Amino acid sequence: MRLPTFENTALARRGFLKNLLAIPAALMLAHTSVPALADEVNSTGLAVTDDTVKVGILHSVTGTMAISETGSVQAEKLAIEQINAMGGVLGRKIEYIQEDGASDWPTFAEKSKKLLVQDKVAAVFGCWTSASRKAALPVFEQYNGMLYYPTFYEGLEQSPNVIYTGQEATQQILEGLDWAAREKGAKKFYLLGSDYIWPRTSNKIARKHIENVLGSKVVGEEYYPLGHTQFNSVINKIKLKKPDVVFISVVGGSNVAFYKQLKAAGIDMGKEKPLFLTISVTEDEILGIGGENIEGIYASMKYFQSLPNENNQAFVKAFKERWGDDIVIGDVTQAAYLGPWLWKAAVEKAGSFDIDKVREASPGIELTTAPEGYVRVHENHHLWSKTRIGLAEPDGQYKVVYESDELIEPDPFPEGYQ
Amino acid sequence: MFAEYSASELTSIFAMQGFAGLILFSVFVLMALGLAIIFGQMGVINMAHGEFMILGAYVTYIISNLFADYLPSIYGSYFFLAMIVAFFVTAALGAFVEWAMIRHLYHRPLDTLLATWGLSLILQQLYRTVFGAREVGVTLPDWLMGSYPVTDMVEVPVNGLFVMGLTIVITVGVALMMQKSRLGKQTRAVVQNRPMAAAVGINTEKVDRLTFALGCGIAGIAGSAFTMIGSTGPTSGQLYIVDTFLVVVFGGASSLLGTVASAFTISQAQSTMEFFLSGSMAKVLTLLFVVGILMLRPQGLFTLKVRH
Repeated sequence: MRLPTFENTALARRGFLKNLLAIPAALMLAHTSVPALADEVNSTGLAVTDDTVKVGILHSVTGTMAISETGSVQAEKLAIEQINAMGGVLGRKIEYIQEDGASDWPTFAEKSKKLLVQDKVAAVFGCWTSASRKAALPVFEQYNGMLYYPTFYEGLEQSPNVIYTGQEATQQILEGLDWAAREKGAKKFYLLGSDYIWPRTSNKIARKHIENVLGSKVVGEEYYPLGHTQFNSVINKIKLKKPDVVFISVVGGSNVAFYKQLKAAGIDMGKEKPLFLTISVTEDEILGIGGENIEGIYASMKYFQSLPNENNQAFVKAFKERWGDDIVIGDVTQAAYLGPWLWKAAVEKAGSFDIDKVREASPGIELTTAPEGYVRVHENHHLWSKTRIGLAEPDGQYKVVYESDELIEPDPFPEGYQ
Repeated sequence: MFAEYSASELTSIFAMQGFAGLILFSVFVLMALGLAIIFGQMGVINMAHGEFMILGAYVTYIISNLFADYLPSIYGSYFFLAMIVAFFVTAALGAFVEWAMIRHLYHRPLDTLLATWGLSLILQQLYRTVFGAREVGVTLPDWLMGSYPVTDMVEVPVNGLFVMGLTIVITVGVALMMQKSRLGKQTRAVVQNRPMAAAVGINTEKVDRLTFALGCGIAGIAGSAFTMIGSTGPTSGQLYIVDTFLVVVFGGASSLLGTVASAFTISQAQSTMEFFLSGSMAKVLTLLFVVGILMLRPQGLFTLKVRH
């Protein structure tokens, strides 16, 4: 992790006289950075003072989604604390204002407006479901804010006011399907999901890929209402159709019901007949399902807590020190952690907190310190990232069995998959 | 759609599908019984029913952890103790809620809807504060999670059998209690004619409290049993509430037999349609079917003639 350095870009913009004063000061304070004056790095009236900058955290800490969003809040706070411990951004400590979206989409829009208009925050880290992002998006575009959105999602969106730190659908799905076809010889696929936009869009992409690229067959595609708790019928159908791979995007409480009933129905997931491949179960969800009930399934994601690289080991250690030893870290939590770091890098590259300058500076920003390894921001505001396949073990962790060779290009509007 | 399968495959699939329907039936009966008592007998629209169920699930979670820590040698049997404790804890909370809130609202049934909905929000936030926002994983004894192979294709899940057995025991128990016991007779007397019941010396307040507590207690047992098949989190109760009301209203609010018949009809319809159509479509058709019947028969399948 880089220490905040002397900002040439900021210096260049100062008058000659100020330069004369600043240079000896900088020499005296050899190891600390010299903050540029507030109005020079902030020409649009954001909440930036000479030694602080305000940002927003906007997630649900009450309501249904609190289960999922808690990890993201923890990750963002940890990142902010670490950045502050290293001296902040452009020499300013980050202060966060946390708002509760309360699992209610209009509330996300309201709170976004409050953060942008009243608090004048320089960036917002938040939203989780696509529905909450879609509700907040017009507010961010109208008042020109910057949102760092952590969840893997269905794609088909690209806003100048959002940086998407999770994977879009093709990044997550295609590599997983290719792996199943190549390594496991899968020919017949069964698609199963909860009934809303993300699973439906994901399965649409999956079906096109299976039929047109892999030349294989989809033997079933099914959706169950959110919160559905009885899966015996679909388990029977799976037994009857005998697919090679069941590709699953079931979310929330339904997950627990599905895997417990799968196990109770006598299907040994470890035998891989069929093989279960999910894009929706992170380590967070396994807490509720119970490791012993899901042992043997595979997940296709960009991050697992067990990744062996040094960045990740330091991240996991810091996370546990901050939030407790028995905490687990899932894909989205890690993506949320990237948000403040990507913003810091963009601000420092721009030498300014101005939203327009941060946006301009964002593409091409790279993080070599990301827990998932190396990421880079694409022109389309999504991240280049690797995709991994993890095998669920009884202790609730995934063992990484495969990793894509190259970074995968984000493609939110995939041609031929619509 | 069946042309490509052999006769034996089809037989076993139909056997398993029939069994899946029976499990769904048991689950519906178990979750609706408590509400049928409260809504049917007392006219209270208890929107917090799901939260009472989840309290039972959390009790099970606590007891399973206690056994794992202190009594690992007899871990396999914790589930029975958990169900009993769940019953008493939720019944106690039920009695308290009745005393603090419900009894002031008996003449305003629509207000009980709002009040108990508020109660459900309070309980959800309480669970979130105490147990955390994340779902907890209830570890089940090994003997409950397996399946019993009948043939190569047909496997009978043990937890399904367990839920069915439990449902039968509780339904028969409740039916006997309502028909034969002193409390049951008093309850029915109070439902049919409150002033007259009071006049012959029945303490109607006490009967109300015990009935409400019993309904909640049964919800607690259901929640405890559902840790086998579902999730345990602060808002998991919401997953059950719609189906529960569906079963009770469709069955005819004041009839336990109606509840059983309605659970059977809805579960069979749903599980058959789930097999032939997709999951979401099955749900839509089930709801349409229920709405259709209720339009023809607004009082539900079975009704009790009561003079008001």
